[in-house]
Amino acid sequence: MNIETNKLAVKTWLESAGDTCIFFYKFMRNTFSIEFEWSEFVRQCYEIGYKSFTLVGITSFIMGTVLIIQLRPTMVDFGAESMLPKILTVAIFREIGPVITGIICAGKIASGIGAELGSMKVTEQIDSMEVSGANPMQYLVATRIIACCLMLPLLTILGNLLSLLGGYLAMNFTDKVSFYLYFSKSFNSLTFTDYLPAMLKTVLFGFAIGFVGCYKGYNANRGTASVGIAANSAVVTASLWIFFIDIVVVLITNLLF
Amino acid sequence: MEDIKVKEERSAPQDTPAEAVITVSHLSKSFGDKQVLKDINLTLKKGENIVVMGKSGEGKSITIQCIVGMQEPDSGSVKVLGKEVLELNDEELKELRKRIGFLFQSAALYDSMSVRDNLSFPLTKVLKIKDQKEIDQRIEEMLDSVGLSDAIDKMPSDLSGGMLKRVGLARTLIVKPEIMLYDEPTTGLDPITGREISHLIVDIQKKYKTSSIIITHDLECAKITANRILVMSEGEYIAEGTYDELQSSDNELVKSFFI
Repeated sequence: MNIETNKLAVKTWLESAGDTCIFFYKFMRNTFSIEFEWSEFVRQCYEIGYKSFTLVGITSFIMGTVLIIQLRPTMVDFGAESMLPKILTVAIFREIGPVITGIICAGKIASGIGAELGSMKVTEQIDSMEVSGANPMQYLVATRIIACCLMLPLLTILGNLLSLLGGYLAMNFTDKVSFYLYFSKSFNSLTFTDYLPAMLKTVLFGFAIGFVGCYKGYNANRGTASVGIAANSAVVTASLWIFFIDIVVVLITNLLF
Repeated sequence: MEDIKVKEERSAPQDTPAEAVITVSHLSKSFGDKQVLKDINLTLKKGENIVVMGKSGEGKSITIQCIVGMQEPDSGSVKVLGKEVLELNDEELKELRKRIGFLFQSAALYDSMSVRDNLSFPLTKVLKIKDQKEIDQRIEEMLDSVGLSDAIDKMPSDLSGGMLKRVGLARTLIVKPEIMLYDEPTTGLDPITGREISHLIVDIQKKYKTSSIIITHDLECAKITANRILVMSEGEYIAEGTYDELQSSDNELVKSFFI
């Protein structure tokens, strides 16, 4: 790689970083505005939250089932079979639940937002909105990002509960375990520090998914191919951000708690 | 390039006062090494229809994008309804845009919304009208004026190209703009539908007293709608006049547009 190519790469990166900062500023300005689009926000909550629940729910349920099936033989070898509910709960609530939900939503929601806004950009619908005097940042972007921030924690909570239910059913494949005993063991093992940082993490995951999806779609180039590129790029970038946020939050919470 | 501007008497609309609603002076714009606009000057008078003709990629659409602040020119001045567009802040630009209608080439209807929702969008989001009765009344009235009352509950995907243009026109006109900017209004339409849209543009000019700039390379559309035509080539206006004046021009380049 020669110096000119490096210079161009740095210039492109700096321009992209600058554009991202401007986009973030516009998002903040439109979010904390008295003209916030509440009805569109509610519609987005339905689109993002309700319509993702089936996928998140089924995946989480299977995850809980598989984890118990995989963990059980090792735990039996150590004579610690009774620890299974506790291990599953801590693993699901602390790490697996938020990250799996985040990754699923990055695939479903970020790509959906990226493709939708990308297609609106390509067909001049966003330009048309802007030129009519309406505010597309407020109507299209702020509502989607805030809806993601609110829906991700809710989806994660529901997903976590379904994972525990899946685990309970998996335990009953081999042994008979009472529903009350299983869930009381599960929840007694949870502490505030297991729960709060994980929930905080999901809000940040939601922000990353919404922001990346909107940014990629809103800045799609002209041409139908760019819609696919925006959707694909949104999934990849949002997924990487989820892992990055995950490690940062884990490091910070380990220092604090 | 040879300056052959036709300066004879123009067929301005009968009730046109001399007040200029758009004044573009010495406008230049480049994309990379390519200069798409070179020292453009244009004046649109109140109640007048100007047609800008030229080959594709010559900068016709960029001119009207500069007028609404979608593109920032490299130099020059754009004055719209007495306001210098380049000096406006976001809020002022938003206010100015409420007084300008822009019909995109693709009509740019919001494809996730029905025709009714497309038309109610500018009323609720731009004019902030809350009264549902007034909204319904204005939607019905506007669809009626473009001859599409039956399409009110259809989705954009159910409409033909001509119908999309009409609904796009209705959505733009519903806020009662003082200026209309049409970007290739008849492109992609069959000759009959194209003619209908052209006549609709003239009807709109008469009914709503709008002043318009129409970007096109459709000769028939230019003939029907124009009070004055500007011919553009390589980022410059090379001729100006009425349809008949330009048609009889001696300039080879201008003549080539009217064959």
